[in-house]
Amino acid sequence: MLKLHYNLEKISMGLVGAIIAVASVGGIVEIAPLFTIEETVEIPADMRPHTPLELAGREIYIREGCYACHSQMVRSLADELDRYGPYSLAAESAYDHPMLWGSKRTGPDLARIGGKYSDSWHMAHLIDPRSVIPVSIMPAYPWLTRALDTRLIEDSLATLARLGVPYDADMIENATADALAQSRPDSDGAEGVRDRYGEDVPLRDFDGDPDRLTEMDAVVAYLQSLGTLTGEARRLMAEEDE
Amino acid sequence: MAMTSTLTSTERQIGMALSILLVCLGLVMAGVAKQGPMMVHGGMAVALGLVLVFVLGGALYDQPEPSPERLTQYDDAPIRFGIVMTLIWAVAGMAAGVWLAALMYWPEATPPWPATSYGRLRPVHTSGVIFGFGGNALIATSLYVLQRTSRARLADALSPWFVLIGFNLFCVWAATGYVMGQTQSKEYAEPEWYADLWLVLVWVTYFALYIRTLARRAEPHIYVANWYYMAFILVVAMLHIVNNLAIPVTWGAGESFTIWSGVQDAMIQWWYGHNAVAFFLTAGFLGMLYYFLPVRAERPIWSYRLSILSFWGIVFFYMWAGSHHLHYTALPYWVQTLGMTFSVMLLVPSWASAGNAIATLNGAWHKVRDDATLRFMFVAAVFYGLSTFEGSFLAIRPVNSLSHYTDWTVGHVHSGTLGWVAMIVFGAIYSLVPKLWGREDMAWPRAVEWHFWLAVTGTLIYVVSLWNAGITQGLMWRAYDEGGALSYSFIESVEAMLPYYAARTLGGGLFLAGALLCALNCRATMCAAGDRVDVSDRPLVAQPAE
Repeated sequence: MLKLHYNLEKISMGLVGAIIAVASVGGIVEIAPLFTIEETVEIPADMRPHTPLELAGREIYIREGCYACHSQMVRSLADELDRYGPYSLAAESAYDHPMLWGSKRTGPDLARIGGKYSDSWHMAHLIDPRSVIPVSIMPAYPWLTRALDTRLIEDSLATLARLGVPYDADMIENATADALAQSRPDSDGAEGVRDRYGEDVPLRDFDGDPDRLTEMDAVVAYLQSLGTLTGEARRLMAEEDE
Repeated sequence: MAMTSTLTSTERQIGMALSILLVCLGLVMAGVAKQGPMMVHGGMAVALGLVLVFVLGGALYDQPEPSPERLTQYDDAPIRFGIVMTLIWAVAGMAAGVWLAALMYWPEATPPWPATSYGRLRPVHTSGVIFGFGGNALIATSLYVLQRTSRARLADALSPWFVLIGFNLFCVWAATGYVMGQTQSKEYAEPEWYADLWLVLVWVTYFALYIRTLARRAEPHIYVANWYYMAFILVVAMLHIVNNLAIPVTWGAGESFTIWSGVQDAMIQWWYGHNAVAFFLTAGFLGMLYYFLPVRAERPIWSYRLSILSFWGIVFFYMWAGSHHLHYTALPYWVQTLGMTFSVMLLVPSWASAGNAIATLNGAWHKVRDDATLRFMFVAAVFYGLSTFEGSFLAIRPVNSLSHYTDWTVGHVHSGTLGWVAMIVFGAIYSLVPKLWGREDMAWPRAVEWHFWLAVTGTLIYVVSLWNAGITQGLMWRAYDEGGALSYSFIESVEAMLPYYAARTLGGGLFLAGALLCALNCRATMCAAGDRVDVSDRPLVAQPAE
């Protein structure tokens, strides 16, 4: 062996080839099978993708770096189930490009935050966290009250559709209108949002300002959607409890 | 100008052509984007290109041709530039880190502007120190070590400049992009698609330069340090390309969606993330250690066999370990188990490297006592051993159930980055700066000693406070009272962190003070550059002009 290496070290391209070969094994063994698992991990029948407004909120969540302090992955540990709710399923983030599982909980996990607090609580919390939780160390995001930039929404849905997220042509075409309509339950477009994304999609004025579509609308809509895109995790939990 | 003085007029002309191409690239980017971070980044490329055009164009008229004498010496001008950039990024990146640490117990200090909020500055810190500080140090020292161990001059004079300037443009794009809200959100791979493509271009040039220079070597054997630098270059390229595959939303938006999703994305992200630690923050720096420590101690590497074992062990085992970031998640159980197993086995080659480095100091312990520069390298090897032990330990599933998501992970990372990576860089810098600026010693030798103690104290305070923080957090999260209810709300665990967050800020502040002292010391040394030349420090055979 030593002799072999003694000779290998004299050939630079030999070292290059050996490094690439040796370093590739681990990744190939661990990653390649995950793409066949896709066929075995079934997407639940009731699973829906994010609405355009929620997707815009997700982009803001990413832009502000929320994922650095909040995970979205409830581990299968007793205390996490008690604290946050059912453990996260692979299917729940199957449409997430990229996933936002996170690596650190400076703040709590958000995978099951949807529906836990009211819209106005989220709004007050984002504008001034210490107004609702006095000892919170979360930064304030007062600028989220500015108008939402909707120019990229349609292209975003189209790009995600190319990557396999089930957005159909109808959804893509109406993306910008749907983003507005989801925050205006009384408008003409509201029915279209229900048709395309399901009866359970929340349609309301998330930020309490009916005249404007703001980044706050999008972020709150996104937070309220977390853990609600499918009921599968809760169903599985209930089955296991029986 | 340092850059132009070693370039022939043909090389200056090619350099000008490349700079004009950079201006064009910037114009296209700005023109297609019309707004947002991508337009600003296009503008930066235009500005940089124009500056280079003027510098090179000016030199074409004013500066005489470099003397053929230069071909009998090593090409150190780009290395000097790389060292200066290393120091600038060290201070900037660490200052961002200390500021962020302060915000964690003093969140009211966050200014009301989006650009300076915690979430946007956090990747400025991580990219600034990993890529800005670490990356520049790696590129600069690798070019130094490559020439000395090959006894050959760099294969050409232009590409080292392209690599260093191009890499720093990438770093500036990354940091300014984050504050403007541009990020892919993949940790340690946040820059958007066009910056990623640019880095590929820079990296391919870097690899080509490395291989072409190795081809000119006067020594038949490729020295160990170069194996590590090569593994760093090759595997980082592999990781970077696979993890960053993405489709832009529109050509002008500067936004993209990664092609990976959900559980596959998580696995690829941490295959990347953990091996960024392995091949950016370990392999490259082991290359640095394998050259600078024996040279400074004037002792040969203790065991050649052990260095072979540890090299291939690290290259093979590390690539399996990423899934230990995903214990108890929706990732299939068998992948988690593989990740844990290989992480534990990884301790063998890691300790072989650390032990080999420490055993090399046998017979030179009096130098470790007297020479703060060598002591930096010794402490680096010790922290390397400690951090890799801790890493294997944290990868064990039940331990990870306590430590994951807590500040213990952050403490672990900083024990590696402050204690190991930064210490070996400072050791290398204090060895190189006097040599490259023609002096016997640093301008303020006593300040090196001060820096050493600031760095060690700062690291210890930082790491110990976050150990406490992380274990406290983990225990509070899982504590139940007699009635079977969770004992603590989440916010109570946040409150319990505040004293530790204060202490870690102090530790980080001390470390930053040391880095600042280092930068000032280097500046003083550079300003008082001498003309001391080591006549034996030159290529073995004069290289023919190209």
